[in-house]
Amino acid sequence: MEFLNALVTLANFVLIPGITYGSQLALGALGVTLIYGILRFSNFAHGDTMAFGTMSVILFTWLFQSWGISLGPLPTALLAIPFGIAVTALLVLGTDRVVYRFYRAQKAKPIIFVMVSIGVMFIYNGVTRFILGADEQRFADGERFIIRAREFKEMTGLDEGLTLKTTQGLTVITAVIVVALLFWFLNNTRTGKSMRAYSDNEDLALLSGINPEHVVRVTWLIVSALIVVAGTLYGLDKTYKPFTYFQLLLPIFAAAIVGGLGSPLGAIAGGFVVAFSEVGITYAWKKVLGYVMPESLEPGGLVQLLATDYKFAVSFMILVIVLLFKPTGLFKGKSV
Amino acid sequence: MSQTMRTYLMFAGVAVLIIGTGLVQSWNSALLILNMGLVSAVMALGVNLQWGIAGLFNVGVMGFVALGGLAVVLTSVAPVPEAWAAGGLRAYAALVIGAATVVASVMAYKRARNAWLMIAILIVGFVIYRGVRDPAVDAIEAVNPAVSGYLGGLGLPVLLAWPVGGLLAAGAAWIIGKTALGLRSDYLAIATLGISEIIIAILKNEDWLTRGVKNVIGLPRPVPNEIDLQNDPGFVESAAGFGLDPTTASTLYVKLGYSVLFTAVLIVLLVLSQMALNSPWGRMMRAIRDNEVSSRAMGKDVTFRHLQVFILGSAICGIAGAMMTTLDGQLTPSSYQPLRYTFLIWVMVIVGGSGNNLGAVLGGFLIWFLWVQVEPMGQALMNVITMGMADGSALKDHLQGSVQHMRLLTMGIVLLLVLRFSPRGLLPER
Repeated sequence: MEFLNALVTLANFVLIPGITYGSQLALGALGVTLIYGILRFSNFAHGDTMAFGTMSVILFTWLFQSWGISLGPLPTALLAIPFGIAVTALLVLGTDRVVYRFYRAQKAKPIIFVMVSIGVMFIYNGVTRFILGADEQRFADGERFIIRAREFKEMTGLDEGLTLKTTQGLTVITAVIVVALLFWFLNNTRTGKSMRAYSDNEDLALLSGINPEHVVRVTWLIVSALIVVAGTLYGLDKTYKPFTYFQLLLPIFAAAIVGGLGSPLGAIAGGFVVAFSEVGITYAWKKVLGYVMPESLEPGGLVQLLATDYKFAVSFMILVIVLLFKPTGLFKGKSV
Repeated sequence: MSQTMRTYLMFAGVAVLIIGTGLVQSWNSALLILNMGLVSAVMALGVNLQWGIAGLFNVGVMGFVALGGLAVVLTSVAPVPEAWAAGGLRAYAALVIGAATVVASVMAYKRARNAWLMIAILIVGFVIYRGVRDPAVDAIEAVNPAVSGYLGGLGLPVLLAWPVGGLLAAGAAWIIGKTALGLRSDYLAIATLGISEIIIAILKNEDWLTRGVKNVIGLPRPVPNEIDLQNDPGFVESAAGFGLDPTTASTLYVKLGYSVLFTAVLIVLLVLSQMALNSPWGRMMRAIRDNEVSSRAMGKDVTFRHLQVFILGSAICGIAGAMMTTLDGQLTPSSYQPLRYTFLIWVMVIVGGSGNNLGAVLGGFLIWFLWVQVEPMGQALMNVITMGMADGSALKDHLQGSVQHMRLLTMGIVLLLVLRFSPRGLLPER
């Protein structure tokens, strides 16, 4: 019984939040990794693209809600995602056409691209705040819980409750579907194969007649889809605030680098590594340990390794450890 | 047009902008822009040293600026004796234990090549650290939390805080440089971005050190108080001689005092940077920037030089941060935003001309002027756009309300335009 209680507490506060957050990070990191693989730069505007995409989803959600359209128990935002993706894709492709293409033609150094992406970051940030403001927005509706803590307690007779929010279940299911689609696309379609070829060796790919502009366009399309889904899921699960999305840049980068930049599989693994480290290190383990350990050894304090506000420190530490000991990441990405 | 001519013209243009602000708006706002422009120019000098001269991509400027702010609190605020008695020594002892743990674990890894030993040292050290720190911190924060609840500083003159800010930033830069330099440029960027967020998190959460989000207000000032001046009959008399009322005269006098101090710092740093740039050291740094491999082949210690210039540039940012906090008279950790304190400085350097110290200074003034003035300009623009709309319509209110967000948009556009059409900046490197 004690052990089961410990397990349920662990699942409730560490496993489920970790898996959810990890899926969101993985989707974000996939975007970073794809841009790095194909366009060969670290996109600092990623977080703000996410904020913009989620904003367009929110606006469509509100529109549908005002029309009285809903998905019943599921959040209306799901219905708005395709429209959000379309708007974001237009913005991103437009940016590529106006801004990045010039530097691609010049074969500018990656660092120039990074700076340009900082300029783009400013603009996206300004646009997002201009349209929706800098405040928190809530746009989740529908059924909030799949399992409630009280129902779970009554059902199982355990002391500890387990809550599973709809958004958490939804995040994992959506992430699995999106990732499966992405891998199918990369491995089985002609465009996907040409993308991988271009990422592996640009010159050879060009020699074999791959159109680089086409590859780049498709990459941006995929990235905007990934990022809008990631942003919307994060916003539904937690809350939407442009500045939070900007700050997500750090764990997302950490995830992509841990996995190995340029490796999609690595990005997913990296997302979960970062998420579980963050949740695990900032969680107060007192309750779980209280159930597992014998009475005499029960910890007095909270057994929280770091205060929650230091979660950025966690992604940073992971980043440093990986860079020092395994610079190519877990899945042999591009070398440093 | 020769480069010298161009430099003079550009600076004259900036002077016209600031004097114009004085004539059109008010001399107080002109001096405000001038003072923050001076601070921004110092920050831009620091970033220019790292990026323009050495090619290091540091996006952790905000962290070093915040450390400068912390230095002001730690140096100039009067100590809180009750808090010191409650646990001051223990809190600092905990810091020493923490540092010793890290050093010992690094030694264990480097000397003994033993990862398990390192992990064991880390775990034991962490437990001891928390054991010493937690009760001390609780005791300190319990001392009169409404007004103090922290240790305070050393009660030294506030001007001393400026070099201390530089030292603090240099110390942090040494640690970061030791771990992150030598990585690819965009990895260094991400690492420094992370460090700056961590520094801000520390300032926000370590209440015993900085009062956290409760802010430290009423920091000592290197210039007299406005109220004292207004009560000084001699000052009121001389103000009347200029035809000014005492209130305006006192605010102007105080701001001018800051301007003089800041100008002195800027000139000293600028002269030093120019000398460094034109010295054999400066030529070597630029050689390393342009071709690392060949400089290495010439026997230059690239890693060490990078570390050196990274520390110097960060120290300058720290000095600027201390100056800024002194000017504000308060430390508000929640006001540090990366867009404002990191990326805006980058816009200054790139627009001004990376690699050219005068260019960076120019960019500091110009971009700061824009940053301040975009809001009234945006307001005017919005008034024109919304003129035809009915009063009280939702769209009009929304547009009027979002004027403040025009700043970021404008900065992004300025940066992109400069990068595209004049990538070497307004005053290119010679």
